[in-house]
Amino acid sequence: MLRPITFSLALLLTTAPVLAQTAPTPPVVTTTEPRETIEGTLSQDRTVIGIPPLATASVQTVAGLRTDSLGRQIAEVIAADLERSGLYEPIGPNGVPAITRAEVQAPRFAEWQARNAENVVHGFVDAGSNGSLVVGCYLYDTALGSELVRKGFEIQPGDWRRAAHKCADAIYSRLSGESPFFDSRVAYIAESGPKGNRIKRLAIMDSDGGNHRFITNGQALAISPRFSPDYKKIVYVSYLNNRVRVFIYDVASGSQKLVTESANATFAPRWSPDGTQILYSMAVNGNTDIYRISANGGTPVRLTNTPGIDVGGSFSPDGKKIVFESDRSGGQQIYTMNIDGSNQQRISFGGGRAATPEWSPRGDLIAFTRMGGGEFRVGVMTPSGGGVRMLTNSWQDEAPTWSPNGRVIQFFRTTRGRDGKSSLWQVDLTGVNLRRLPTPQDGSDPSWGPVLP
Amino acid sequence: MTIRKSTAMIAAITMLAVGACAKKAPDTLPPAPEGTGDTGNNTGTGVVPGSQEDFLASVGAMGDRIFFDYDQYNVDAQDQATLQTQSQWLQRNPAVRVTLEGHADERGTRDYNIALGERRANAAKNYLASLGIDPSRINVISYGKERPAELGSTEEAYARNRRAVTVVIVQ
Repeated sequence: MLRPITFSLALLLTTAPVLAQTAPTPPVVTTTEPRETIEGTLSQDRTVIGIPPLATASVQTVAGLRTDSLGRQIAEVIAADLERSGLYEPIGPNGVPAITRAEVQAPRFAEWQARNAENVVHGFVDAGSNGSLVVGCYLYDTALGSELVRKGFEIQPGDWRRAAHKCADAIYSRLSGESPFFDSRVAYIAESGPKGNRIKRLAIMDSDGGNHRFITNGQALAISPRFSPDYKKIVYVSYLNNRVRVFIYDVASGSQKLVTESANATFAPRWSPDGTQILYSMAVNGNTDIYRISANGGTPVRLTNTPGIDVGGSFSPDGKKIVFESDRSGGQQIYTMNIDGSNQQRISFGGGRAATPEWSPRGDLIAFTRMGGGEFRVGVMTPSGGGVRMLTNSWQDEAPTWSPNGRVIQFFRTTRGRDGKSSLWQVDLTGVNLRRLPTPQDGSDPSWGPVLP
Repeated sequence: MTIRKSTAMIAAITMLAVGACAKKAPDTLPPAPEGTGDTGNNTGTGVVPGSQEDFLASVGAMGDRIFFDYDQYNVDAQDQATLQTQSQWLQRNPAVRVTLEGHADERGTRDYNIALGERRANAAKNYLASLGIDPSRINVISYGKERPAELGSTEEAYARNRRAVTVVIVQ
């Protein structure tokens, strides 16, 4: 018997209004979605997984959603998640026979083996009580004929995608041994308009591009967003009223407040891993330094104090260190320091400049942008600066952000020339499985948050 | 406002020595529009004294901006001449406030370019202040690489985009 696990959702989406800014006219939203494209190589020997549509005990309509249709859609999201990981080759839900509700716990292993599926995912979508849905999913080994993992959720119908991501996460974790990452969200900047006058809007979406929502209306330039670890807030830079300032946007209420009151430009904000602190950079008479402040306000602490540009920053996952960039040696390079600003040490050496460091959630690596020969590439290094590996090779790949499990890096890619545009991409830590993420407009500045509870 | 420390100076010299880093854009400036060279306030043309239009007519085409080398923010002799012309107009229009917009080319990362644009705008502001312009009349904002003036991805376009532009604030 499946014991349903209830995961209550603090709904992050669809409720708050688009943030009002200075003028009323929102830009036109492009409705055509670019298809996800894959470039580069995939992992060798991808595991074949059969994923038929989830079964239903009886077809019912809940909140306008038919349980049998949802069974197919959830299977599609699970299959897409697993395929996107680069490790698996799903077969189904299209092109494979539907299963019965009874089959969910008694798969026809021989038939799946005949399709070369080493594993098979079965599941169900049933109407629950009080307008809820009960979703269950099971992973089996077809050769052994044994169950490997099962998950069950009672959810509100609007959260069916999350149930699919949770199923995919359970399957991915069981088969790969890695931590889950599909059920997570991304804040980024949606871009449109001509290169000389880009409209840049704060936007959020699921890690697969689903549940997309624009937050700001584009009247003020928005850049460099970061989701708070609990996904309740987004810290970002807005050019509202022709000033450069860091705001904290509250997702549920749609209101926002300044991180700190200052006549100076504040930018490049980042959260601490526990969400209690914010790093930001501030330019005073042309000299930029890094400051830390409580997310609730108060007195900022200045962390850097050298002539030149000290900017950005990213906390180590244990919250004890900060990696940041500085041009104190002449060009941009990467440094680490303690969170009180002590013990500042340069860690990046070698060719070119290094910028936009982001500490992996696993703590073992720092992703960064290397600039050299007129190009930007995304790479990783250890926290002591060793083991540098470049993961991408294009004209401008900038601003890496880590998946919650530290296995995948998203970044944005800009094409050159008068019609140059930016788009969101991701690549596996090993440098394979490079893909473009689907967004309704152009995209930049991705910020990937943790796995949802 | 000059280079902040010796290492940066060495870097700047190295960069100049390497040479390819095309210095100023004004070599290829378009011809000046009518009215350039008129160092007095415009009269009889319908241009409102103290307006952005008046400013541009007075300082000439591209006279509203100075240009920088790659990742540099020093105000050189050519920039000083441009800012001196601007300061003369500002002294004739003491009630006018301006914004200095700092910009960078697209070959820097986003946050760094905001900081770099701040440096450039402040370098221009400080030079105007050294000429006697009250710094409280001058706002500063950096657009980093967000608002290129030239859209191409060429050295020529980059040279035009590494700039600090003086814009009259509408009262």
